Amino acid sequence: MVVLAVLEHDAGAIGDVAGQVLSFGAAYAAEAGMPLHAVVAGPGGETAAEQAGAFGVATLHVAEHDGLRSYAPQAIARSVVELMSRLSPAAVIGAGSERGNEVLAHVGAITELPLAANCIEVAPGEAAQLTRIRWGGSLLEEARMRGAIKLLTLAPHSFAARPAAAAQPAVERFTPALSDADLAVRVIERAQTQTGDGVSLASANVVVSGGRGAGSAAGFAPIEELAGLLGAAVGCSRAVTIAGWRPHTDQVGQTGTKIAPEIYIACGISGATQHMAGCKGAKRILAVNTDPEVLNNADFDYAVIGDLHEVLPAISAELRKAGVT
Amino acid sequence: MNILVCIKRVPVTGGRIVLRDDEQAIETRHLGFAISPHEECGVEEAVRLIEQNGGQSTVLTLGPPEAEEQIRDAMAIGIDRGILLEVSEEWDAQATAAAIVAAVQAERAAGTEYDLIFFGNESADTGNYQVGIRVAHALGWPCVTGLKKIALADGRARCEQAIAEDRDVYEVALPAVVTVKEGLNLPRYPSVPGRLRAKKKPIDRRTPDARPAALERLRLKLPPGEGKQTEILGRGPEAAPAVVELLRQIGVI
Repeated sequence: MVVLAVLEHDAGAIGDVAGQVLSFGAAYAAEAGMPLHAVVAGPGGETAAEQAGAFGVATLHVAEHDGLRSYAPQAIARSVVELMSRLSPAAVIGAGSERGNEVLAHVGAITELPLAANCIEVAPGEAAQLTRIRWGGSLLEEARMRGAIKLLTLAPHSFAARPAAAAQPAVERFTPALSDADLAVRVIERAQTQTGDGVSLASANVVVSGGRGAGSAAGFAPIEELAGLLGAAVGCSRAVTIAGWRPHTDQVGQTGTKIAPEIYIACGISGATQHMAGCKGAKRILAVNTDPEVLNNADFDYAVIGDLHEVLPAISAELRKAGVT
Repeated sequence: MNILVCIKRVPVTGGRIVLRDDEQAIETRHLGFAISPHEECGVEEAVRLIEQNGGQSTVLTLGPPEAEEQIRDAMAIGIDRGILLEVSEEWDAQATAAAIVAAVQAERAAGTEYDLIFFGNESADTGNYQVGIRVAHALGWPCVTGLKKIALADGRARCEQAIAEDRDVYEVALPAVVTVKEGLNLPRYPSVPGRLRAKKKPIDRRTPDARPAALERLRLKLPPGEGKQTEILGRGPEAAPAVVELLRQIGVI
């Protein structure tokens, strides 16, 4: 028996999230007294092997097939299932990323096994007890999963990536048997969207957002002014995108963009769970709101009680006075 | 063409979530309910595609009898008919998918063949990321997930999926299952005549066959580390210097 980690990679480069999956997998395998194996699909297996070795992977399986040159979720899942029939793993672990969840859901569908998505704690065992996130992390669920093979994905950043001794894993290549149906869904091209000259919301160091309290599309003027001075990205709440004041690409939230800035300035935003699920990665949150009651809704680090249309121009003026332009 | 949209009734949680005493569900006595956000966009897209191509749209949900409210909401913006798979408690992803597959097969037996089935990429509440994919496998159909755009031509669907700041493009033959994300479109508000028409549209109520949950929910709990103290920097424009001082301290100016 082994523990099998399914790794996402980009031309062999495995990211932080794959490191988290491997670190968790190594600990899980050690507790279960089994070796850790990992699988990657598509070109780049050699490069992935070098990185995977640092996390204690004993054997890296590389699925090679012409159909795996671009991302093809069902084909990757079929490759994983083929490997599972040879290795009979106790657990198959993937990342709780969009693609990790997608591939493992296909594995679950093919094998008719349950899948626990976005786990933050798992105790190995025949009836594995686990904790997973609901509501984008605003609520936790404790659950029990039965069956010989556990399919799990890990919520991103719930486990630290801890490289251990650098050892080269054994590399085993295989060519999975893939049907036309397995390859029917695959990426045929990557379309670049507009090369925005603005600051990217997901990676911005500072984000200034407006909610219903902005009042209208035009009500975002003081938010944009302050964001401009701080080199910040402009965000908004779901109420704003539903009203059509801002595009959905500006939305911070469970169904929008997840952000992780040094400081998040949330103006006229009530702090609903839908919104907070998108900004809990922020190091600090400053709320600007007329209603002190919102402080009971969510965990804000700082607050200014007042109308954003008065408070924000004053902050911008103060910044200019301090020489920020 | 025939389009099926699968939706989920979820509470509108607002601020902090409160659990029921038995820790098995959210306390919803004081909450309203809505269609889970991604699926709201699935409903809008189905209505648009039927407006363009002709045919019939159907909305399906597995939920309590009160989920009729969300079916009527979908009908109010143009969905033609509804299927309510009535259950008394939350079902896990596998049981939900099996019930939907059985409903699609029953529709086929009754003469309705679907060309396209919409799901949300993941539900707002349980976030299992798998029901649509499981249904697609059971039907032997392709499944494209996380759509931000879909265009139909010549029996094929060209689908765009958001990937970081770019879009990955897929093309699949119909029939297909697609899972969508908010931002696919801006759902319209229901009109008053739309609401009135919705009241007269047909809903089939069925009781799906239950099966034991493979992933057994033990209890729900709130994440730790909540309830930190907020530092009030001031009131009104007079707070500006304190804000600028904070920005300076943390090194962003």
